[in-house]
Amino acid sequence: MALLSVRDLHVSYGAIKAVRGISFDINEGEIVTLIGANGAGKSTTLNTVAGLIKPESGTVEFDGASVVGVPAHKVVQRGMALCPEGRRVFTQMSVAENLEMGGYTRSDAENKETLEKVYSHFPRLKERRTQVAGTLSGGEQQMLAMGRALMSRPRLLMLDEPSMGLAPILVQEIFEIVKQLNEAGTTILLVEQNANMALSIADRAYVLEIGTIKKTGTGAELLVDDDVRKAYLGG
Amino acid sequence: MDIFLSQVLNGLQLGSIYALVALGYTMVYGIILLLNFAHGDIIMVGAYVSWLVMAQLGLNPIIAILLSVVACTLVGVLIDKVAYAPLRNAPRLSILITAIGVSYFLENGAQLVFGADPKVVPAFTDVSTIKLGDIALSFPAVVTVLVTVVATIALTLLVQKSKLGKAMRAVSEDMGAARLMGINVNSTISFTFAVGSALAGIGAVLYAMAYTQASPTMGMMLGTKAFVAAVLGGIGSIPGAVVGGLIVGFAEMIVTWLGLSVWKDAVVFLLLIIVLIVKPTGIFGKTMSEKV
Repeated sequence: MALLSVRDLHVSYGAIKAVRGISFDINEGEIVTLIGANGAGKSTTLNTVAGLIKPESGTVEFDGASVVGVPAHKVVQRGMALCPEGRRVFTQMSVAENLEMGGYTRSDAENKETLEKVYSHFPRLKERRTQVAGTLSGGEQQMLAMGRALMSRPRLLMLDEPSMGLAPILVQEIFEIVKQLNEAGTTILLVEQNANMALSIADRAYVLEIGTIKKTGTGAELLVDDDVRKAYLGG
Repeated sequence: MDIFLSQVLNGLQLGSIYALVALGYTMVYGIILLLNFAHGDIIMVGAYVSWLVMAQLGLNPIIAILLSVVACTLVGVLIDKVAYAPLRNAPRLSILITAIGVSYFLENGAQLVFGADPKVVPAFTDVSTIKLGDIALSFPAVVTVLVTVVATIALTLLVQKSKLGKAMRAVSEDMGAARLMGINVNSTISFTFAVGSALAGIGAVLYAMAYTQASPTMGMMLGTKAFVAAVLGGIGSIPGAVVGGLIVGFAEMIVTWLGLSVWKDAVVFLLLIIVLIVKPTGIFGKTMSEKV
């Protein structure tokens, strides 16, 4: 049984239909990526799964239980965490406080343990733990946003555009960490505009276009797919 | 020297009350960007509860203090639940107008229930002065200043160190991200209203101690001046509210001392105008970067 199973999901913002009947599955232990252009409905899908937006229709099941209509703050307790687009760290709070917020639903004892793990993945966050998050560089903020999401000990970690606005070398580093996290047992749902990077680490991928799924396959297959190459990989 | 000292103490006393009320304004603004114009009227609720408990029921002042604070807290949370929570996603102007409506509702409601004439709140204690060496200081003034210092320290610790306080800061910065952390945004906002209103309740008791009166519209001018204090200090900032409150209190004290007491309200609002022209973000205010 899939860990996350989305069936015929429709999401609208007023009159605008952002997601028009998409279905996909994520199995435990996989890295699955949704790629597509701006406005294809990738972020909307993630935000809906995370409970920030209510879908018009369709089902979202996590670990066999429906999460449609479950408020975002309760979805976290079920074992899903979303690291949102644009990082959205709490800029006026310290690095350590940001991480503490990430573990809001967990006990102090659990957080102490998770914090060590997060710091081992992101040693730079440990160095800067007393620093106010707003003074971090973009790459560090991305690491903080990911570390913060990990603090809730998610079984499924959803990453929305983690490479956005980062220098290529940092993108490499971030993707390297995503792979490590996956190897350590976290299932990953990755939304990216950087299709090349995303496909190269993904087990499976879905290509979104104007709110529908156009294509699906393994990361390796789509990397060499002609249509995908033309549309998203620059020929 | 004696007169000077007691004037300073008067300024501190008045300023402390403004500061306590300003804290409620600033906390609610900090979390949902609402100027809660009904906040001043919560003071009025507290003053009437004190009057009811002591003058009507003849109970102990301690009970009056506790019930006043509890009543203010409940009223504050109830106002949020009934009037503001349904408008959480509405344009900010709608909720602002609602706040003005709630203010009128409370004032006219009190007038309907208690009548327009002011009620005399009995003295909370027989002690009127305490001696510090040769100097006699007003007891209510000393208590007011001490209570305000303790309340401000407690609030600062709450906001900076406690889990709920950190959640409040997270919600005030980014509600969506706070939700993703597992923070229940609605209950965090309720908690903020509760804390702000409890401080107003304390302010109500201290005000009733100093001015021994409860009237339906007493919260209007007091609330407006506390609002000036909050803006002066930089709305959204806790130290700003305290400093702003003290500045307003001292300004009134000085004007009164100079024998120009009819001018004291004008001077407070003149201060507001000057701040809005010279430094619109207030003393401790940060320039808000627009959230995207």
